[in-house]
Amino acid sequence: MRLELVKRPQQSVLFSALSPFIAFALMVVAGGLIFLALGKDPVDGLYAYFIGPLTEVWSLHELAIKAAPLILIAVGLSVCFLSSNWNIGAEGQFTIGAIVGSAIPLYFPDLQNAAVLPMMLVCGAIGGAAWAAIPAILKARFNTNEILTSLMLVYVAQLILDWLVRGPWRDPAAMSFPQAPAFHSWAIVPELMPMSGRANWGIVFAVIAAIAVWFMLARTLKGFEVKVIGQSPRAGRFGGFSTARTIVFAFLVSGALAGLAGIVEVSGAIGRLQPQISPGYGFAAIIVAFLGRLNPLGIVAAGFVLALSYLGGEAAQIEIGVTDKTVRAFQGMLLFFVLACDTLIHYRVRLVRPAPAAAPAAGPTPATEAAHGHG
Amino acid sequence: MKKTLFALAATTAMLVAGAASAQDKAKACFIYVGPIGDFGWSYQHHQGALEMQEALGGPDKVEIAYLESVPEGADAERAIERFARSGCGIVFTTSFGYMDATNKVAAKFPDVKFEHATGFKREHPNVATYNSKFHEGRYVQGVIAAKMSEKGVAGYIASFPIPEVVMGINAFVLGAQSVNPDFKVKVVWANTWFDPGKEADAAKVLIDQGVDIITQHTDSTAPMQVASERGIKAFGQASDMIKFGPETQLTSIIDDWGPYYIERVKAVMDGTWEQHDIWHGMKEGHVVMAPYTNMPDDVKAAAAETEAKIKSGEFNPFTGPIMKQDGSEWLKDGEVAADGVLLGLNFYVAGVDDQLPQ
Repeated sequence: MRLELVKRPQQSVLFSALSPFIAFALMVVAGGLIFLALGKDPVDGLYAYFIGPLTEVWSLHELAIKAAPLILIAVGLSVCFLSSNWNIGAEGQFTIGAIVGSAIPLYFPDLQNAAVLPMMLVCGAIGGAAWAAIPAILKARFNTNEILTSLMLVYVAQLILDWLVRGPWRDPAAMSFPQAPAFHSWAIVPELMPMSGRANWGIVFAVIAAIAVWFMLARTLKGFEVKVIGQSPRAGRFGGFSTARTIVFAFLVSGALAGLAGIVEVSGAIGRLQPQISPGYGFAAIIVAFLGRLNPLGIVAAGFVLALSYLGGEAAQIEIGVTDKTVRAFQGMLLFFVLACDTLIHYRVRLVRPAPAAAPAAGPTPATEAAHGHG
Repeated sequence: MKKTLFALAATTAMLVAGAASAQDKAKACFIYVGPIGDFGWSYQHHQGALEMQEALGGPDKVEIAYLESVPEGADAERAIERFARSGCGIVFTTSFGYMDATNKVAAKFPDVKFEHATGFKREHPNVATYNSKFHEGRYVQGVIAAKMSEKGVAGYIASFPIPEVVMGINAFVLGAQSVNPDFKVKVVWANTWFDPGKEADAAKVLIDQGVDIITQHTDSTAPMQVASERGIKAFGQASDMIKFGPETQLTSIIDDWGPYYIERVKAVMDGTWEQHDIWHGMKEGHVVMAPYTNMPDDVKAAAAETEAKIKSGEFNPFTGPIMKQDGSEWLKDGEVAADGVLLGLNFYVAGVDDQLPQ
């Protein structure tokens, strides 16, 4: 006897829309059980985790700071993933964006006027796009596996950053410690409402990017091209779309947004280049992209949910006394439940008794494979 | 639903009441860069925190809170601010990368005291800095290494080329050369503070290159375990790692933060806390050598003698004549290195078989 997934002929529209909420509810239940198992009051735990961070203004600012890079990167990744380009290297594009953007104030310290910041942001986006272009061109020209190339370039980018802040860009006033000089005030992304907290314009960029990419995907021919190539490159070719062009386009958009996130993070939230600038935003954004169902507007919501899980995890550590591992467990559960709900909407589980005729259980049809690829 | 709302309201009320009663006792908060289970740097800070709580009257008198594995980026500022807002009277930020964040938050919360480990920025009167002279222990290790090594070559797993680490390598070499002037040290830069896999690989590479003693300036117990498997001797780091190498560990430099945390939290409770910059070592009990094990008695005696000399202040590991790696003179005969030079140290002494990453 075994379990088998059978594709549903028709997916429930209602449940497709409800799926993220069901997943979230399941996670809350599972989270409550975990708190119980740890000997903590589940109501206290869940309150500290999911509601506490939303009850204070400063904490909302922090939420925006945390969500901004996740959303920016994930919105770009949605273009890649929808076109079946598995860009796993957003972390590297983020890093290179931060480096190239930072080059402006570091090399032209005397340039102190309102033009500096826009130049930094543009350079950051260009840097990220250029870094993403490497796996894109390798895939388009030589059919290399972009998962490997983009991922490996993450480590290269991080080593370049490391070398720069220890070597040529090291702050002479920093007692041989590895960090670049702090940015001057013109080179810092301004705070939105400095009176109440430190959230900066990054979150605004993120929302604008999400709306723009949503419009591109939903309303333009380019967006249609991206989705067609993603689901069926053959059909796309019949329609006159170029697979190679789509690969490069998707990677450039994704890399530019990751690069922008990188320069906004170092300029706005950190204030200087240093060896560690990201706690893995480029990888966490993959979760955000899928949690948002590869829809840029969904990604905005998903970005806030994941950001909340970081902040809530911190609050729970302090107020309830659980370890930081619970944060990771909660994030893992969230992704698990989202994927599980999606799977159960597309497929139903069937108990198969051992039968002589194995024909109905034959391998997946091309149609189900496409559904897999679509995530 | 009503029940849930009631429960939520009750919880909120409890939290508010809890915050009010917390005013009567001191609250000390700690931010760690690694997990408290690293058995190295963060573990020792946490042990110090627990020792402090115990010494000052237990949980009834001092509440402690901590966050572990806090990344040294934008997250640090939020973590520190969260502590400052949650009623902490004093916040210890225990990694160099928290320096800017500590000072930024300190500006916003003048009534909260901040203590930053290993940094040098005190931009506000409520920020103090503290560090320990770990290199004193490294010198003792060097003496032991030179006596124990048959090949005259030790392997050194280093984290990042910052002054503290360079200082440690230099002190180790100087200690070893005081016994065997031809002693050499091979260095592998792991570029991490805590990554058991990388640290283990570094240890294997060094052993394959022929070193027969391993020492480390990274925080996991992996190098000790690799040395155990390969049957050579090693030194522990930050905590007593004897459990991880009962036949392997010669000694370990123990970072004992307990006395310092007791002193500083007590100062906050008494209202006598003042800003300072502290760099203490063996003399003040901030750097402690684990028992000398797995070595003959004469080596033990030599190690204990060196330790005693440093402890009494009779001897400073950085006393000339000392040559730089490039052959030029650094310290003249009898000259002692100034603290300011050491804290920005960016060159090797002679005998290090490595190029310092610049």
